[in-house]
Amino acid sequence: MSLSELLRLLLYLLGVMAFVGLNAAYLVLAERKGAGRFQRRPGPTEVGYAGWLQPIADGVKLLSKQLIVPPGADATLFRLAPLLVMIPAMMSLAVIPFSETLVGRNINVGLVFVFAFGAINVMAVMLSGWASRNKYAIISAARVVSQDVAYEIPMLLVVITLLMATGTMNLHEIVQQQAGWFWHWNLFRLDVNPLMPVTFIIFFTCMLAETNRAPFDMAEAESELVAGAFTEYAGMGFGVFFMAEYANIVVGCAMATVLFLGGWQSPFGVGSGVIWFLLKMYAVVFTVIWVRWTFPRTQFYNLLNLSWKILIPLSLFTLILTAVMMKVLRA
Amino acid sequence: MKKYLKEIGGGFYSLVLGMRVTLAQFFKPTVTVHYPHESLKMTPRFRGHIELVRDPKTGRAICFACKVCEKACPSDCILVEGVKKEGEKRKSVTEFKLDFTKCSLCGSCVEACKSNAIQFSKAYNLASTSKEDFIMDLFQKLESEQPAAGQATAAPPPPEQPKSEVP
Repeated sequence: MSLSELLRLLLYLLGVMAFVGLNAAYLVLAERKGAGRFQRRPGPTEVGYAGWLQPIADGVKLLSKQLIVPPGADATLFRLAPLLVMIPAMMSLAVIPFSETLVGRNINVGLVFVFAFGAINVMAVMLSGWASRNKYAIISAARVVSQDVAYEIPMLLVVITLLMATGTMNLHEIVQQQAGWFWHWNLFRLDVNPLMPVTFIIFFTCMLAETNRAPFDMAEAESELVAGAFTEYAGMGFGVFFMAEYANIVVGCAMATVLFLGGWQSPFGVGSGVIWFLLKMYAVVFTVIWVRWTFPRTQFYNLLNLSWKILIPLSLFTLILTAVMMKVLRA
Repeated sequence: MKKYLKEIGGGFYSLVLGMRVTLAQFFKPTVTVHYPHESLKMTPRFRGHIELVRDPKTGRAICFACKVCEKACPSDCILVEGVKKEGEKRKSVTEFKLDFTKCSLCGSCVEACKSNAIQFSKAYNLASTSKEDFIMDLFQKLESEQPAAGQATAAPPPPEQPKSEVP
């Protein structure tokens, strides 16, 4: 390994960690400000100018608290669980192309890589519930598994649909195929599949469910299960779960941008770059916040009904439709 | 099948409608009062602790220490003292102690007062760490609010607030 290679690795590692950390901190602020605005409140305003230092104050508060391992809990797994939520989210960012040149590793199986690491999230939340020795945490862990398994299926079906259209798992190439005006984006590729916008909505819904966001936040469910799987966590252990939640949202929104919204490509055919990637990604993030403060939490059986009775049949239908259209129309 | 699709379509439409409602709220101005920095004006019917009313003509308290309020108080938290000054027909109040730790804000004293000499104040930022702050001398309070006793006779100040609406 040459020196420049090593330097690039180190710089990228540093970059990803800073990106994840800052995003986690300031998305919490954006969430609270957004929540406020949706309810005609200003949100946090006291710390710093217009509340801009609130995440730092929150971080200091969490860091100053003791990390308590409850008696009878599995101490190793209990401490490991927050790390297992955080690390996969950071790993996924290594293959996401922010622009033509700004990418950690341009590998051929980027798509599978992201979803493989995304699946670890489920196991980590389950571990945190299991290791806590708390009934609410266990109930929540069981919910998380059944929820995430149910939503993994339509998500992957949608991704397969997309894969048939692109013919590659390389995220870099997927974005390059979407160059030009915005009707070249996968979202509007109605020639491959007239239901492409529907697949995007299915992908978005599954992304919300996979990241345990409201209205599918059964993992936390503050109003019914104390804090769900995170009940026994104190201080920064709890904080890391929340940072990981926001990191996962960033990864999910980045994937939505790469797969459907043309990644770094400008919608007008000229001036493509990292700015467009970030604009699109944060627009999706805003929608995630917007959805959270619009809809109440679904009941659990409705959540499963939505997946098994609506999303899976719909995504299977789009999959078959795409296959048929590609065979019949393109052959 | 038709019903199934209709349900999905209808459900999705209602979700979009909900999103539109919240987005409309998002762009409207906020309505929060930033309480420690700004506060709302109290309504005229607000019943705070009592205070003495100033006579706009003389600039002194209307109260002439008849002690009806003292007798009317069910919590026994009012103590009034007065003296008869030389050359005056009426007594003047010299001490009006209100023990606000016992007061239940029933308003019997205001009702009992025949000459409308006491009214409800609009003060509500009353939090304190010492008990003594709640045993207040309303006469002294009235005097300290007074710019100067002699000045008032020359130019009577307008009444600070409209008379409280006590039936």
